[in-house]
Amino acid sequence: MADTIQAAQAAQRAVVRPKISRDDWIMRSIMVVIGVFLLVAVLLPLYTMMSKSVEDKGGGFIGLANFSEYFSTPALFNSAFNSLSISITTTIIILIVTFIYAYALTRTCMPFKWFFKVVAVVPLLTPSLLGGISLIYWFGNQGVLKELLLGEKIYGPIGITMGSAYWVFPHALMIVITALSITDARLYEASDSLRASKLKTFFTVTIPGCKYGLISAGFVVFTLIFTDFGVPKVVGGNYNMLATDIYKQVIGQQNFQMGAVVSVVLLVPAVIAFSVDRIVQRKQIALLSARAVPYTPKPSRGRDLSMLAFCSVIAIIIIAMIGMAQYAALVTFWPYNLEFSLANYDFDVMDGGGWEAFWNSIEMALYTALFGTIIVFSGAYLMEKGRGFTTGRSILHMVAITPLAVPGMVLGLAYIFFFNHPDNPLHFIYGTMTILVVATIVHFYTVSHLTAVTALKQMDPEFESVSASLKTPFYKTFARVTVPVCLPAVFDISIYLFLNAMTTVSAVVFLYASDTTLASVAVLNMDDAGDVAPAAAMAMMIAYTCAAMRIAHVVLTRGIARKTQAWRHQ
Amino acid sequence: MLQYFRNTFKKSGAARTLVASAGLLVAASAAQAVDLTVYTAVEAEDLKKYAKAFNKINPDIKIKWVRDSTGIVTAKLLAEKNNPRADVVWGLAATSLMLLKAEGMTEPYAPMGVDKLDKKFVDADSPPHWTGMDAWIASVCFNTVEGKKHGLPVPTSWKDLTNPVYKGHVVMPNPNSSGTGFLDVSSWLQMFGEEGGWKFMDALHQNINWYTHSGSKPCKQAASGETPIGISFAFRGAKSKAKGAPLEIILPSEGIGWDMEATAIIKGTKKLAAAKKLVDFTITREANVMYNKGYAVVAYPGVAKKVKYFPEGILAAMIDNKFEWAATNRKRILTKWQSRYDSKSLPKKK
Repeated sequence: MADTIQAAQAAQRAVVRPKISRDDWIMRSIMVVIGVFLLVAVLLPLYTMMSKSVEDKGGGFIGLANFSEYFSTPALFNSAFNSLSISITTTIIILIVTFIYAYALTRTCMPFKWFFKVVAVVPLLTPSLLGGISLIYWFGNQGVLKELLLGEKIYGPIGITMGSAYWVFPHALMIVITALSITDARLYEASDSLRASKLKTFFTVTIPGCKYGLISAGFVVFTLIFTDFGVPKVVGGNYNMLATDIYKQVIGQQNFQMGAVVSVVLLVPAVIAFSVDRIVQRKQIALLSARAVPYTPKPSRGRDLSMLAFCSVIAIIIIAMIGMAQYAALVTFWPYNLEFSLANYDFDVMDGGGWEAFWNSIEMALYTALFGTIIVFSGAYLMEKGRGFTTGRSILHMVAITPLAVPGMVLGLAYIFFFNHPDNPLHFIYGTMTILVVATIVHFYTVSHLTAVTALKQMDPEFESVSASLKTPFYKTFARVTVPVCLPAVFDISIYLFLNAMTTVSAVVFLYASDTTLASVAVLNMDDAGDVAPAAAMAMMIAYTCAAMRIAHVVLTRGIARKTQAWRHQ
Repeated sequence: MLQYFRNTFKKSGAARTLVASAGLLVAASAAQAVDLTVYTAVEAEDLKKYAKAFNKINPDIKIKWVRDSTGIVTAKLLAEKNNPRADVVWGLAATSLMLLKAEGMTEPYAPMGVDKLDKKFVDADSPPHWTGMDAWIASVCFNTVEGKKHGLPVPTSWKDLTNPVYKGHVVMPNPNSSGTGFLDVSSWLQMFGEEGGWKFMDALHQNINWYTHSGSKPCKQAASGETPIGISFAFRGAKSKAKGAPLEIILPSEGIGWDMEATAIIKGTKKLAAAKKLVDFTITREANVMYNKGYAVVAYPGVAKKVKYFPEGILAAMIDNKFEWAATNRKRILTKWQSRYDSKSLPKKK
């Protein structure tokens, strides 16, 4: 009797726990390494930051006292209201503009589509500060088109709305274009054969078809604006927003506890927006059916021409913004001496770290792209294709998605609290290039991770099964099959990380040290000191670097794609 | 395997020489150069000059600058209190250094020749915790071109600035982030009394176009005509004027607030000897001559010469500043200032 039970138990054990192979061990240890990375770089700093918000200056626990102080200070509370109203207004404006622009690109036969696609990407190449700086030159008190504002001031809500709309435009556009591209042409045929009017078709087919994309774009844009700090810093005037408040609390008043409180307040809407977006995206995937027929637009003169006019206006605005920044950078002393000179490029006699900051930025961006891509892609691979460890894998996936909901400034502040604690064994990375790279990788982890996951999902799991049954170690399959097949995604991730590392301000503004100043932070500091033209000059240096990398990326991807992706088109 | 390495290593005489010479190399390079991390709020364009002058005398000490505006440097130092990264602070507002002294973060040290300095510029404790370099004084930058355009009279006093004619034409630094902003507010409270000071600021607030984060920005904005009037500091005004900006630098008749740029050693530095050498240099006559290139009032008596584009009569206009009072009341003043003026978040009605 006892023997049978023992035998049965042994059998059960054998069923539940297959022998763990060497392959599995390697896989698991790498997974643990990535898990520890995410724990140390994401969860622990956030935890430290949150606990700071319920502590007094000496570190004693005081419950919600800081929060009640915050909500009873009208100045601070007002900022929350301002942030909300600006974010909502701008989101609505940008959704309308983006929808028309994306519609023109996907559903019409408008000429020069390639040109409008290229122009729309331009705001991605610069720090968000650049929009604000250009607006000052266009509409400031010495602005060229000041009269257009009819006596209103650019410093304040008008400037923040315009500047924010400028830099979030490409972010929204990418999502809406995707949403409009995946509509099923058969729905239009059906609508046509039912003799529905064009307008009716628009409201019953087009809009419902892309509504999730629009909602998603809305939330992404809302979060971006709500947590951005660059634009209100430059053209905010006296109009306070939450993101600038954190800066003021921490930098101006040395009040780290209150900075942590504002961070938590900033985190709330960001987390809500993020959760809603996740739910919505899940529904969007469910909408796609395998039998969908791609939609091909038919020419319609009136529509195409009016779309051309609309897109041209938007394109002109974008070019005007970046063009003005370049012009202002070359002018000797605005507005009293309009002769051209390179005086504003003499960064070494100004705040922000000089030319060294520019080279540091490139170094930082390269490291971020290199290590970020390795960590993100291998992490995504193990989470997606790994065997066993199911709970661990889904927890890792959750953690990998968290950074999207964490605003950059909050992350930066959390890193100060966590890494600058003397008892932290990792304290030595504080004030080094390493912490900047880690912060930037984490800040942009989620989108990179999701890109990798999407690419990996397209690959048949059979590859892993076959190689496992052939006793090929997983890392060989990974290096010989997975990476080459996913190469376009790998390049996308690295260029995404590179561009963001060049342009980001929010996370790194609390973390740079004297020998690790960055170009984007230099833009901020020069503008802060009143050297607006040099700030524009540095922002344009960033833009040219990013544009060059982007072009290199396109060329490289095309070349590689011809070699590794030929199978896709057979 | 480790044992094997150890054994071969022991046996090999070459390895021993290698280790020895490596050790020597390390020792030699340690004697060669010391890196000193120096926090500062001195204007960026002067830093290279300062380091060069110091290295003429001490070529073996390399300065690693961490430069930011007063509020930021102070915040950084306080944030790193448990774990200081700075060895020396060279060129930060004396009120900030007093704050650090109160937090127990400064190392008392009497630099060589400290008795030669004007007593006003030296901490009263013995040995002193900080020593002053120069005075950095408030002033008003007035853009004559823009002033004419808007038909504005040239203001001569602080009270003038509350005249409704200047509504929407005045820019000043936010005292929460800017050291210059704070010295303005603290001087008004000292000159006009607590009640009168706040009353003055209430009236001035009506005319303020916006508050900036940094103290140099109002003057640079006045220089570029972004605003006709910027409340800033004289050094900045003189520099912009030298670049050809149509500026007039005004010392308001009631008196002007000022703060010292000062130097201190941070307690717990591992490079105390080098830090002392640096502080010794910062109070020399030669260093003071160097400060005098940009600042009209310096700590070493008899050094100061007139600075080009600086307004006349600075010494007479400087108020008798109560630094201790300003340092101890700093937090209270800033909180009150914020609740009164920072809450006006919506744009003013016209």
